[in-house]
Amino acid sequence: MDFSLISENYDFLLLGIVNTLSLVSLALLFGGLISVPLAILSADRHRVFGPIIWGYTYIFRGTPLLIQVYLIYYGLGQFEFIQNSVAWPILRSAWWCALIAFSLNTAAYTTEIFRGAIEATPLGEVEAAKACGMSRLTMMRRVILPSAFRRALPAYSNEVIFMLHGSVVASTISVIDILGAGRVINGKFYVFREGLYSAAVIYLALVVLITQGFQLWENHWHAHLRPRPTSTPLKAPKH
Amino acid sequence: MRFAKFGSLVLAGAFLLGLGAAAQAEDLRIGVEGAYPPFSEKTASGELIGFDIDIANALCAEMKVSCTMVEQDWDGMIPALQAKKFDAIVASMSITPDRMKVVDFSKKYYNTPAKFVAKEGMFTSDTPEALAGKRIGVQRATIHDDFLTTKYTNSEIVRYATQDEVYLDLTAGRLDAILADSLAMDEGFLSRDAGKGYAFFGVDHNDPEFFGEGAGIAVRKGEDDLRESFNKAIAAIRADGTYDKIMKKYFEIDIYGG
Repeated sequence: MDFSLISENYDFLLLGIVNTLSLVSLALLFGGLISVPLAILSADRHRVFGPIIWGYTYIFRGTPLLIQVYLIYYGLGQFEFIQNSVAWPILRSAWWCALIAFSLNTAAYTTEIFRGAIEATPLGEVEAAKACGMSRLTMMRRVILPSAFRRALPAYSNEVIFMLHGSVVASTISVIDILGAGRVINGKFYVFREGLYSAAVIYLALVVLITQGFQLWENHWHAHLRPRPTSTPLKAPKH
Repeated sequence: MRFAKFGSLVLAGAFLLGLGAAAQAEDLRIGVEGAYPPFSEKTASGELIGFDIDIANALCAEMKVSCTMVEQDWDGMIPALQAKKFDAIVASMSITPDRMKVVDFSKKYYNTPAKFVAKEGMFTSDTPEALAGKRIGVQRATIHDDFLTTKYTNSEIVRYATQDEVYLDLTAGRLDAILADSLAMDEGFLSRDAGKGYAFFGVDHNDPEFFGEGAGIAVRKGEDDLRESFNKAIAAIRADGTYDKIMKKYFEIDIYGG
């Protein structure tokens, strides 16, 4: 291992970190925004949208992310009419193609996670909300979604980590993400370990940060589920 | 019962390992790329063909050893040689000072200049000034990558794992120009359907500082016997006409160079 190669080329790795983080966080943002309405419609078994959403999640969860990225990047670029269309400035860029593929992919998984969580809402909570005279929209906003998000959090944290790991696919379409930066270093100096090890260490550090963040979030959101202390005497309320 | 099964598994494993070692001893394993037409490419049935492949086979026949072709992505080629995945690289690898720090080379087996390609009539000059601000595509970890990275600092260099991907993105309109070996592009791109409407521009690039003295066969450092037998075999197939026969199969011009 030649650590000087890594320290001398830190600018590539920094660029890689910026590209990976921006791709993953924007994909999660867009994916999350798309998935909430889809999950609600899907859980409601909407007559028109239900089967369409099912087909969408079936295709995007059933095919490898690498193929989705290739089809958007190389597949769309083959058509003249797409090269002449207004969307070309966006589809021309590898970064945007990766973002589109990642967003659609994570939206499909997140839709299924949220749909499951919505369907698992205890009937009692729904009945209580109805008994209070809440409309369907208010009930969704104040009872069903908050409780569903809490239930979905552990599964969603896995999806975030999968998305981070899956994002290495961007390096195959010429985006310099973290793995791409490692490959540039490898290629420049005809080595193999230096670039791959530094990429692996960076991904590992990011995963540790993400899991810690979700741990804190879960502690905060699931505070009411923690076992309560029973042996401590009640303190007199402060005035 | 459990132990018996485990024991036989271990035995089977040891047997397979033994077989592998025995096969390795008499075989020469050659690293080739398979995505660099017309030097090496794969047919629809998965068979490797091309100038490099034919040369490798001719050299093995001359050296009277049986050879196995091992396919390897370009950017892992030298590391795989050092990890002993194979014993020699016959993949149009240019002999450059940078690479000679990590591997040894045979004498060259061909030498052709590098050139730029773009849409016909798009550029008249290929100086760094003429291409400033343009997107130039190149295969990662090549002499062309090195040359662009050093000299064309005001252009955006886009790096790909294979030359085929470079062609794809040029025709998709994502790149303004590409730089690679002139012969590889002439045969592998410009003379094919995909390359219609594209043409060479600018001058021949063969600055030895970047482009070396030609393509050679790489072996691990210190394997002088193997390197010498490759040198002898290259001289022999040049002398007995085998080389010319293979060359004429792929090219109309003499690619051995002066």
